Amino acid sequence: MARSGGAAPSAAKTRGDAGRVPGLSREQKVELYYYMRLTRSLEERLVNLYRQTKVVGGLFRSLGQEADAVGSAYALDRSKGDILSPLIRNLGSMLVQGARPDEIIRQYMAKGDSPTRGRELNIHYGDLVRGFIGQISHLGDMVPVMAGVTLSFKMRKQNRVGLVYVGDGATSTGAFHEGINFAAVQRCPLVVVVENNGYAYSTPLRKQTAAKQLIDKAIGYGIAGEQADGNDVVATYEATRRAVDRARAGGGVTLVELMTYRRKGHAEHDNQSYVPSGEIDRWAGENDPVDRYVERLMSDGFQESELSAVDKRVTDEIDAATDAAEASPMPEPTDALVGIYADPPAERPLWFREGVKSAVEVHERPSSWGTHDV
Amino acid sequence: MSEITYLEAIREALFEEMARDENVFCLGEDIGAYGGAFKVTDGLMAKYGEERVIDTPISEAAIIGAAAGAAHMGMRPVCEMQFIDFISTGYDMLTNYVATARYRAMLPCPMVVRGPSGGYVRGGPFHSQNPEAAFLHTPGLKIVYPATASDAKGLMKSAIRDEDCVLYFEHKYLYRRIKETMPAGDHLTPIGKARVAREGRDVSVITYAATVWKALEAAEQVEKEDGLSVEVIDLRTLLPMDDEAIIATVKKTNRVLIVHEDTRTGGVAGEITARINETAFEWLDAPVLRVTAADVPLPYSPPLEDYVLPQTSDIVLALRKLAAY
Repeated sequence: MARSGGAAPSAAKTRGDAGRVPGLSREQKVELYYYMRLTRSLEERLVNLYRQTKVVGGLFRSLGQEADAVGSAYALDRSKGDILSPLIRNLGSMLVQGARPDEIIRQYMAKGDSPTRGRELNIHYGDLVRGFIGQISHLGDMVPVMAGVTLSFKMRKQNRVGLVYVGDGATSTGAFHEGINFAAVQRCPLVVVVENNGYAYSTPLRKQTAAKQLIDKAIGYGIAGEQADGNDVVATYEATRRAVDRARAGGGVTLVELMTYRRKGHAEHDNQSYVPSGEIDRWAGENDPVDRYVERLMSDGFQESELSAVDKRVTDEIDAATDAAEASPMPEPTDALVGIYADPPAERPLWFREGVKSAVEVHERPSSWGTHDV
Repeated sequence: MSEITYLEAIREALFEEMARDENVFCLGEDIGAYGGAFKVTDGLMAKYGEERVIDTPISEAAIIGAAAGAAHMGMRPVCEMQFIDFISTGYDMLTNYVATARYRAMLPCPMVVRGPSGGYVRGGPFHSQNPEAAFLHTPGLKIVYPATASDAKGLMKSAIRDEDCVLYFEHKYLYRRIKETMPAGDHLTPIGKARVAREGRDVSVITYAATVWKALEAAEQVEKEDGLSVEVIDLRTLLPMDDEAIIATVKKTNRVLIVHEDTRTGGVAGEITARINETAFEWLDAPVLRVTAADVPLPYSPPLEDYVLPQTSDIVLALRKLAAY
């Protein structure tokens, strides 16, 4: 049972307690499949673009984690103005909130008309209107920020909820602790989703924490906890939905731990030499979230044609998005000086750049990121 | 209108801005029921309630991070660092998250981070700091550091209304030592504009915060004893720096002394010197000199603290050296 307050001796958690969450309609079930398939296929397209050296920086995959990102974000209510802040493996959550494939591809390709005008990488961008706030690379920092976003909901008596993702690694940061504690004390309408995928870069969970499970941390903060199988999109949705409903009802913060597995490396360059042999294949073979959900839909009486229609739609959308992104211009170099402040609106060029439109003729691109050991 | 102290001027600005705009709220440690370690926020909670005057856990990163999140949503948070020394525990949130938000994500952070700063108060290494130089290096932040009571009020009101994050350093030595009658009406001091604290012809002192008063004392002394006419520029804002005012005084006196209470290496004075060198070298009749704290953590014992921090006599010595160059 879900629980508030810090009196009970054991971990606060619920498992498979689906009764209190409204059931998903047939359309919603298909929509969940659409977002999971879109996440996976879009990342596959990005891999192609990366190998063609069209992606300028690193590429981050959420292979095997699509269900936890999609299912949890699906528990929010966009019509009420709910806001989430994703992490690097939560592309799916952004798509649920309305992020578009062409924006993602433009971001990765560092285009001038990408949402950040080429200033930030990959999925580091946001849109308050659609309800997502871009992360920064300093893990855990979005927890205090989302504490503040949801504090504003509370102060203005708005019926809105916020959700922030952290990985298992970020639970070790000071910002995570300060943010979740602050939000707990203020009873902010905030859901903190810990996406436990077993690894932070190369560091396994046992080197990250001595806690038996991350949901146990909820007790120390005096907040509710939920734990779910993150590779089961419906279970993820239901656990997060309970947390969202609790937050909206004034019940404060919930720590949701979603159990999943990171099948790719930290980023595309990472050869995963630290992973025990067989581990990845086992998860891929036995616990793929998309395969599992397709099986479930089939046993629920969905037709293969319904799903292949979704697949076709996804492919078409990604093709169109790729074409649009490839046709996009790179940024004008001097745009680098615009918008650091509202006032002044732009920095003056340095004296040696006066009248200079571009610093170099050829923009070098490093062959790969990080360890270069692919 | 009666005179009020520098501290009361800050408080008056907070009261006025909270009355003017319901999006303005304060958060920090012990600021509500207790009124703050120095009582800057005294009475705010009684008037505006716990919702808008929030006593927080001891969590500077959460205070600053939550302010940023609330600011994204259109609120106007004013964060108190109980002592500005503790801003270092929120350094990541300020420099990585807040300062970059507008540029990288088009997400404004209109917020203020304020706190009691500075030495001459026997506060020791962790209750006396002047950490402005640590933030001067961060594009996206603004930094103000008033020296007078009217600027304390006017800059606070401008900081709260600014569309970006303003670090507001308030000098605790000045809190109750200086008084002034506030200008009538909605008094705003523009951010980014220095002030001529004293007009002069022979030598310029460029400074800010508590050392403005030491520079003024030194100017009086050398006028009486040496017949020197010293101009004192009170920067008021450190970021963005008022280059125009700096260059104007260089061109006027051709001899420049920069004074600050912060340590020397990598300090604000070095930056100002570089700017003068790049844009007004031919106007100088003498090298730019610095009077600053020594490069040591600020010690507690009075003989030690007084030895480390700039004193009026140091400024007098430097002015004479420049005049004789």
